Amino acid sequence: MAAKARMTVMVPVDADSVVIGAREIKSTFSAEIGRRGLADEVRVLETGSFGPTNAGVIAAVHPDGIVYGNLTPQAVADIVAEHVEKGRICGRYILPREYPPPVPTDWDARSVQYAGRIVLDNCGRIDPESIEEYIANDGYFALGRAVTEMTREQVLEEVIESGLRGRGGAGFPTGRKWSFCAAAEGDVKYVICNADEGEPGTFKDRLIMEGDPHKLVEGMALCAYAIGATMGYIYIRGEYRLSIERLAKAITDARAMGLLGNDIFGRGFAFDIEIKLGAGAYICGEETALIESMEGKRGIPRLKPPFPAQCGFLGKPTNVNNVETLATVPAIIRNGAAWFKSFGTPGTPGTKVYTIIGHVNRPGLIEVPAGVTLREIVEEYAGGMSCGNFKMAQLGGTAGEILGAEMLDVPMDYDSMHRVGHVLGSGAILIMNETVAVADFLDACMRFFKHESCGNCNPCRNGVKALAALTGRLKTGNGYAGDLNLMEELVMSLKGMSFCPLGQSPAGPVMSALRYFRPELEAAIDKSLVRPKPAHTDLELMELAV
Amino acid sequence: MTVQQIVEERGKSRENLIQILHDMQKHSGDNSLHHGQLSELADTMGLTVADVVSTASFYSMFSLVPRGRHVIRVCESPPCYVMGEEDVLTAIREKLDIELGETTGDGCFTLETTSCLGACGVAPVMMVDDEIYGNLNRAKVCEILDSIAAADKHSVDA
Repeated sequence: MAAKARMTVMVPVDADSVVIGAREIKSTFSAEIGRRGLADEVRVLETGSFGPTNAGVIAAVHPDGIVYGNLTPQAVADIVAEHVEKGRICGRYILPREYPPPVPTDWDARSVQYAGRIVLDNCGRIDPESIEEYIANDGYFALGRAVTEMTREQVLEEVIESGLRGRGGAGFPTGRKWSFCAAAEGDVKYVICNADEGEPGTFKDRLIMEGDPHKLVEGMALCAYAIGATMGYIYIRGEYRLSIERLAKAITDARAMGLLGNDIFGRGFAFDIEIKLGAGAYICGEETALIESMEGKRGIPRLKPPFPAQCGFLGKPTNVNNVETLATVPAIIRNGAAWFKSFGTPGTPGTKVYTIIGHVNRPGLIEVPAGVTLREIVEEYAGGMSCGNFKMAQLGGTAGEILGAEMLDVPMDYDSMHRVGHVLGSGAILIMNETVAVADFLDACMRFFKHESCGNCNPCRNGVKALAALTGRLKTGNGYAGDLNLMEELVMSLKGMSFCPLGQSPAGPVMSALRYFRPELEAAIDKSLVRPKPAHTDLELMELAV
Repeated sequence: MTVQQIVEERGKSRENLIQILHDMQKHSGDNSLHHGQLSELADTMGLTVADVVSTASFYSMFSLVPRGRHVIRVCESPPCYVMGEEDVLTAIREKLDIELGETTGDGCFTLETTSCLGACGVAPVMMVDDEIYGNLNRAKVCEILDSIAAADKHSVDA
């Protein structure tokens, strides 16, 4: 029946759209279609996010490729009566043309957003719960080719050659990371997917897992083949319920088809995947803390070396990669490293997935070639500011840097950002207008770190508390003279002395805010206030920390 | 489910501890981990009580004090803050007449804050039990809490 359907209605059902009623809209479609006796010729399917998050519930009608938005039950009834039954497109519910169509029908500038997708190419196009649809879109082709035609060394070489860099934020070359683990001695090796996406403002990994879970499964299997691992784990936040459900189904389906198991593609390659739940700790995104947590302990980072590649989960060689990184691998093996390098910049080949949020017209998910500028993202991809003027952007989540308008034209790739003294980060872009005060925003960032510091090392445990106390009084306009210098000294000491990247992170937002918005922060200092004790003694820091 | 049953189902080795704690909290009846049960768990798994309690207390999804039947977790990370989280929190505090970390007199709601829930596309966001609610404002929060309270009353009466 399904194969003969003349028309398909695809409703993106992800954790965002569920909140605004996507499941109800989907069942309204089914009910309306059933009521008109069309159930055997029109399919209604769930799919992953199309990208925009402020256009209400969306649905695409294929093969016409029409995307409707802001759907209500009444709109659904109209669309079924007009478009589905009679073939007349309902103009009044169509999303403005600027929204990318879910299937690239032409190669004009707009659809580049979709046509140039590597990681998100299936999101919003296929039913994420159907392994058949994934396979029909070249899914598991790369794994098949790797296992049957390529040696482990060739797969590794291809990934090294592609220049892929870790998409979790640090940008370490993925192929090199794999080669450490491949070279390590060990009877058992593990592949771990870091799906503990906790960097505020980042939800790209969730949308990849919700929209195309098999891509991650395939990417992990390819990594396992290259490094010689037999077991994989996906460490995922306990809050990502829909991702967990869809991944669990993907793993079960892949196992049933022999794409995971003891003898993959009949070549004796054995690999399986298990899901491990986190329990709410930002620090567990750090790979050694993640491994501690997987072992059932407090998520406290380990001393490196030894690196996980030598001594990771249960003391065995372990390779940890981010979701987006692993989901990029199948396309590299399928199309080759040279193809991959034709996207992006020489230092950062490929595409980057960003989540755009804040005061813009079209917040949501985009995948663009590395090297696109912030101005292009705000004006073209995000449709400009929704209200007010651009004041600042925070790149890469709360650990990321706060950039002023003068940075709008810097290309966003690892090397260009590094040259101007910034980092690219995890892929979150938070755009803010002039209604947001820098001191307020910094305070929200510092409160986050105060909450999430794991408490293991003294500089971070007390330092972030002191920072939160400082920004707290700046926020209310009660800062003491010298507070900005104190803040600067504190973050720099934290950067030098903290055990792990968490304690080093506050330097990002604080130093960049001071760089671009120092006059505004100085205005938050009340010169009439007399500091009760000499500045910057250990005693005062202790007091601040309370 | 008893502690023994949960451990039997998940397996005794240390790396299953987090999952076991998730299960225990789910079956606790008051959204928390009880000290007596944690000691029992420590004995069963061959760990010290201090070790088990220190692990449980590390993670923000676990609570060592009893909570209400429904746990409200308002996201206070910067993206939600920019989109109006403080108003949402104030609205809940006023409506339920409790402060952060407290439980309403009838044991229905506990109010907490959380770090980013990864639903920034519909910020500001809160999670009540397993469900995420987004695009919140004062009116919407009241409506959501009313409907949960009504369903709760119904199930308590029944």
